[in-house]
Amino acid sequence: MGIPSKNWRLRNQRYRLVGEICEKCRAPIFPPRDVCPECEAPAQTPYVFSGRGEVYSYSTVYHPPAGFEKYVPYTVALVRLEEGPMLTAQLTDVDPGEVHIGMPVEMVTRQMQTDGDEGVIAYGYKFRPRMR
Amino acid sequence: MREVAIIGIGQTKVGEHWEKDLRHLGLEALQAAMRDAELERVDALYVGNMLSGELTGQEHLGALVADFAGLRGVEAVKVEAACGSGAAALRLGYVAVAGGLADVVLVVGVEKMTDATGPEATAALAMAADADHEVAHGLTFVAINALLMRRYMYEYGYKKEDFAPFTINAHANGMNNPYAMFHGKVTPEAYAKARMIADPINLLDSSPVADGAAAVVLAPADWARRSGKPVVRIAASAVATDAVALHDRRDPLVLEGAALSAWRAYQQAEIGPEEVDLFELHDAFSIMAALSLEAAGFARRGEGVRLALDGEIILQGRIPIATMGGLKARGHPVGATGVYQVVEVVQQLRGEAGANQVPNARVGMAQNIGGSGATVITHVLVREK
Repeated sequence: MGIPSKNWRLRNQRYRLVGEICEKCRAPIFPPRDVCPECEAPAQTPYVFSGRGEVYSYSTVYHPPAGFEKYVPYTVALVRLEEGPMLTAQLTDVDPGEVHIGMPVEMVTRQMQTDGDEGVIAYGYKFRPRMR
Repeated sequence: MREVAIIGIGQTKVGEHWEKDLRHLGLEALQAAMRDAELERVDALYVGNMLSGELTGQEHLGALVADFAGLRGVEAVKVEAACGSGAAALRLGYVAVAGGLADVVLVVGVEKMTDATGPEATAALAMAADADHEVAHGLTFVAINALLMRRYMYEYGYKKEDFAPFTINAHANGMNNPYAMFHGKVTPEAYAKARMIADPINLLDSSPVADGAAAVVLAPADWARRSGKPVVRIAASAVATDAVALHDRRDPLVLEGAALSAWRAYQQAEIGPEEVDLFELHDAFSIMAALSLEAAGFARRGEGVRLALDGEIILQGRIPIATMGGLKARGHPVGATGVYQVVEVVQQLRGEAGANQVPNARVGMAQNIGGSGATVITHVLVREK
């Protein structure tokens, strides 16, 4: 996984779902990209997302890429956040057979990947069935 | 701008070439194309490739392939646009000849994938997606397409087995292509029983990891006309882009980049989809074939699968696709695929497609997609009388 500075650089979006809001057209933006995808105006004002959303689509992975072997099978999803943007994340704390399109989910912080037994552990957002 | 023709084609068999490395695969295709063009010198070489660095530890393919092809000194660069690398290299070759900066250009797409393990290749292919926001979450390329397929089935009410005709057609056509990786028929029963890769995508929805190389030689169309041989002209060459990450698209079920690329190509060629005799599309997964048919105007939204179920994609149908096996049966050596597609369209337009010949084919279209729809390159080829 290399030098851990990347995980550090992404800490606000990975740990707290901090995106941006466009001051011009008020579009909430996640992941942050500094330019509004709707109106192309500069957008660097931080915006914290609620972490609530619903499953737009999902798939269970049986053949993982290198580095994800020990997590198989795991379920990935496109989650539509209630503020509008969509993101990609793993689903957790749920049986793959219970997942369905439209399922309400909420963000939790979980281990994303480890770099061997002694390397850095990367944390970030996953989503579980909504409890709150 | 000058008109550009394809005056030579060459390809290696797609498959697991344990005995051949990257440069020898490239050389084999390149030499075949040069023999076909009856030429010995070129002004420039463009090499389409996605994964040579990641999977074989070798970058700098422009100079390497030029050197081993006996073209030392020639202008040569590698072009990368994920799975669209092959057609992207062709696009640059076209620009060079059309713009008058070069007369004879060699374009070769080459990929060597079987020097790596399955998980290594899977991880490497995922580099076409957003590293921080898709791949970091364990998404594979198959999973990305699975997300699309599941949503497609949900929105339009299709069943899993409705996608089978794409696989059955591709494999039926691959049977007669000596350069194809697979020569086995697929039945609906085999499709239904295939092993799951990333639910709902099974093994037979997916194109295989493979080695291969294909090449074309470009020259001004006026030169080609003087040769007395049948002339295949590039009537359109168009590139368009979309968001790299699926979640950043306005509507993931609409390949906006593919639509933009296709419609730019139609404008350049001054034709509409109804004039296209065959369409080599990017069927890396069944769902991509359906979405590509819709984006290029052959089916309305949600009806790409219907077109296949109605039998319109076979050789005798309204719009034949994957006429030589497509990515699924010919195989998908990623950075070479875009050039294979164009080579196959040339075979069809020259009347050299054998048992798979589309009768009276005059206009052929090839569309090569990088990632899940982020870079899309469309070429329209026309046979002159």
